[in-house]
Formats: sequence, structure tokens, C-alpha cells
Amino acid sequence: MAVQARPKRPFRWHIAVFLAPAVLVYTAIMILPLAGTLQLSLFRNVDQHQVFVGLDNFRTLFGDPNWSVNFWNALRNNVWFFIIHMLVQNPVGVLLAALLSSPRLRFSAFYRTAIFVPTILSFVIVGFAWKLILSPLWGVAPHLMDIVGLRSLFTPWLGKEQYALTALSLISVWQFIGIPMMLIYAALLSIPDEVIEAAECDGITGLSQFWKIKLPLILPSIGIISILTFVGNFNAFDLIYTAQGALAGPNYSTDILGTFLYRAFFGFQLQVGDPNMGATIATMMFLIILGGVCVYLFLIQTRLRRYQF
Amino acid sequence: MSIATRSLPRTIGAHAILLTYTVIALFPVVLVIMNSFKSRAGIFGAPLTPPTPKTFDLIGYTTVIGQGDFFHYFQNSLVVTVGSLFFVLLFGAMAAFALSEYRFRGNTLMGLYLALGIMIPIRLATVAILQLMVASGLVNTLTALILVYTAQGLPLAVFILSEFMKQVSDDLKNAGRIDGLSEYTIFFRLVVPLVRPSMATVAVFTMIPIWNDLWFPLILAPSEETKTVTLGAQLFLGQFVTNWNAILAALSLAILPVLVLYVIFSRQLIRGITSGAVK
Repeated sequence: MAVQARPKRPFRWHIAVFLAPAVLVYTAIMILPLAGTLQLSLFRNVDQHQVFVGLDNFRTLFGDPNWSVNFWNALRNNVWFFIIHMLVQNPVGVLLAALLSSPRLRFSAFYRTAIFVPTILSFVIVGFAWKLILSPLWGVAPHLMDIVGLRSLFTPWLGKEQYALTALSLISVWQFIGIPMMLIYAALLSIPDEVIEAAECDGITGLSQFWKIKLPLILPSIGIISILTFVGNFNAFDLIYTAQGALAGPNYSTDILGTFLYRAFFGFQLQVGDPNMGATIATMMFLIILGGVCVYLFLIQTRLRRYQF
Repeated sequence: MSIATRSLPRTIGAHAILLTYTVIALFPVVLVIMNSFKSRAGIFGAPLTPPTPKTFDLIGYTTVIGQGDFFHYFQNSLVVTVGSLFFVLLFGAMAAFALSEYRFRGNTLMGLYLALGIMIPIRLATVAILQLMVASGLVNTLTALILVYTAQGLPLAVFILSEFMKQVSDDLKNAGRIDGLSEYTIFFRLVVPLVRPSMATVAVFTMIPIWNDLWFPLILAPSEETKTVTLGAQLFLGQFVTNWNAILAALSLAILPVLVLYVIFSRQLIRGITSGAVK
């Protein structure tokens, strides 16, 4: 702890005491293991000994078809997973928040509470509940589509390679829509009335008011939501694991980096677990997330104008 | 407010959209709970109708309570969640106080160091965490989970709480100092009671991901004695794939406690989010 002993100022022990527990637990359980994981990716287990192999593990990951095909597949799926979130979650979240924040709307507390319910449920519940609903065995989904006359469009989405990933992404959006909705709702509420009144004096109302006044003011919130979604998506695991299992079926079509890491680290069925390859994949995920966060911090956040009221 | 924002068609439209989405959000939850009270014939014959005297059946619940050790899993989840919550709040508030109250060299750096964990998920450190837990003999203990979740929750807790602690009046603290209170007494007697509402917000934010986590229980504590309710439900659902009554009952049992807690704390949670706690 860099507490400086200035002249005539005794070392302030209480600062160290206040900081120590948090810093110790955080360093021991999070930072050191993170560093350890990055380090492990440079080693390989040879005859029960960890041998330094430089970037060989990465060469295996990208060069060996057994690994690289799966890695690129998982990365591609993960990018698609993220794109669906950005395209569906943000617009719908903004729409719901804009409607909720309209003045004198009745029952807005009820809507708010109800729409946030899926967010508090665990992935296990969400994954299984949707699996049951979309299951052709139970017939809830085909039955509902029959009501609106779209019965012919129904297929077992989670079981078909071309639809499974999109279906799961939409389930994930369904679960997490509450977070963007709430954050944007908060941002909209914090816009001062004077700004809105000034806009109205200038004759800007309704939709054009939303596009020209409100949207620019909530852009920083949308930026934060995007980066939170990015980080969350690129280390997602639970939903895919509960809905499709560790093999991320059908035929790896829903495999994302989280499930790929799990299989590499622990092994699954015929594959033997390999901590070093697990660490290598975790390092790649770390670099991807770090890259995303840096892009956000240095390119996006600095260009977004923040208005202080 | 202009007339345009209050016009009738506009209001009806807003309600229609919000109501539609509310139905989408609640439909799966209601469907699962409703069908868990039905017989097998009822579940498949008329999935969309509420249980009638003819289809009402508690067979699913008796199977779940007879087969799975859910009460025990529930207890484990409770111990882990409450334990980690206690340490996150205590350690987080202490560190937040040090960062917001005192000026010392490295203050900003320490704040940034602790904030790193908000963006970088702890999951990426799993490989080395497992090795650490194996080396210290903590695998398959609830202690391992509590430690990991404490580390996971601290960054956000420190960040949010230090924002709030900056707002506590300096005069009050200085008055305490003049009266001869130690820094520790000032923290525990003056500052903590004043930031209690924001601590409740942090508690809700910290609690939900811990209660719902599947990754760390699966990796660090998969044994029968230490299973959490999320992991227990996952394994139970895997075993009973064809017993729909049992699956629906298990899902309902997993939903209900969270739902009840949410209804109690939803005001706190929503106020926490909308007060700009997360910026």
C-alpha cells in the first residue's frame, strides 16, 4: 500500500486496514489466478511436468485442424450470438424504455416489474422452460402458431442446425431485455424537463423529439449496454449448457467460446481434458474481451458527447 | 407537456405494446407453474388452460420431493449466497470508504485496479482457480464458492459504494473526529448507517448472479453435499427428461423462491438501477 509517510504525518494504518481484506481476496482469488491462467497457456504437461513451450499451444489451437475448426466455429457462433443481441435487444429495449418513460403512463410500475422478471431467473430455468415450450412433443409452440395461422412455419428450432443458435440467442435476449430497458429508462428519466420544454417551444414533439433530442442524450447509456452485452456474450456458457448440453448440439452448431472452453478444460465423452489448452482458450477469450473493452474505452466512449446538466 | 404526447391513440398504442411484451415476458413462467399442478394427461391435452379439478394433480411435486434432495441444495445455495453477500458488503464498504475518504498516494491506481474486475469476468481465471482450490484442499467445499463469489462481487460493490460514500457529509465525519471517535467508529457508526440504502442495492445486484450461477458449482463443488440449487436442478432435469410432471414441478420450485424475493425487493432493485447507480 503506497501510503506516504509525509513529514510529521504518521503512517495511517487505518487506510491499510480498510483496504486490506478487499484487496487481498480480490488479488488472491481473481487477479493471481487470471495471471496464472494466462501463464499456463504457455506451458504444456509433459510426463507430469509443466514444460515451457512458448506459443506452441496457440499454434496447436490455430494450426491443428482438430482444434482450429472448433475454435473458429465457436468464435463465429459467438459473433452471431452477439449480433443478434445488438440487433434485437437494444432496439426493443429502447422502445420499451421510451414507452415506459412517457409521462403519466398508468401501470408503468407493473410493466417495469413484469418485464424484468425473466432477468432474475436462472439460466437453468430459462433454458429448460423454453426447451419444453419449443418442443414438438408438448406442442405449445405449434399450438400457439396455429392460433395466428402460422402453423406451417413451425419446426423444432432447437433441434435444427440452421436455426438452433438464432433461437438460443433470442431466448437469451428474452431473458436479458430487462437490463437495457432499465438503464435506458433511467437515462431517459434523467433528462431535465427544461430541455424537453425548450424542444417543445421550438415545435419539436413526438417522434422527431425522440430522434433529435432524447436519442442523442441516451447514446452513452446505449454504449455502456453494448459493452456489457459484449462482455456477457463472449463469456456466456450457462444457457447453451443447460439447453443443449456441453456438446452444444446439434452438431456443434450452438458451440460458443464458453462451452468450447469447458470441453477443452474438462474433457467430454471421448475427449480428454487438458488444462493447458483450456488456459489457451481462456487467454484468447481474455484478449477478445480486452480488445472489445479497449475499443469501447478509447474509440467509442471518447467520441460520445456527454451532457452535464 | 404537449398535447401530442397525451393523445388517446398514442396512449392506447403504448399500452398495447407494453402489454404485449409483458405477456411475452411472463408467458413461459406462468405456463410452467400452471402445468406443474396438472396430471400428465392434462399437461399434454390442454397445456394452455389452468388446472381444473379434473386435471389437478400434485404427482410432480411428490416425485421431486421424494427423489431429489432439494431442501439440502436449497440450504447450500442459501449459505453460499448469504456468506458471499456478507463479505462483499463488508469488505466492499471498507475499501470504498478508504478510497473515497482518504487521500493517499496510489488512491486512483488502487481504484482502477479494483475496477478491472467489472469488465474482465472471473470465469476466465477458472483453470488456475481450480488448481488453487485443489492445492488448498478446498474443492467440494462451500468455502471455495464463497471465496470466488466474494472476489467476483467486490469490484462492482467497491465502485458503486464509493460513489455513494462521496456524498456523505464531511462535516458529520469531522464532528465525529473532534469528539474523539476513531476512524473505525466513524466508519461503522456514522457512514455505514447512512449508506445502508445503497448497500441494499448492491446486495440485490450481487445476489442474483451468485444464486443463479452454474459454472463455479459445476467446476468447484459438484459433490452431493455441496450442490447448489441451480446445479441440483440442472442434474435433476437431466435425469428426468421424460417425466414431465417432475420437470415442471422442479422448475416451479426453483422459480418460486426467486420470484417471491424479487416481488419483495423489486422496488429496491429498480430504484437502485434508476437512481443512476450504474453509470
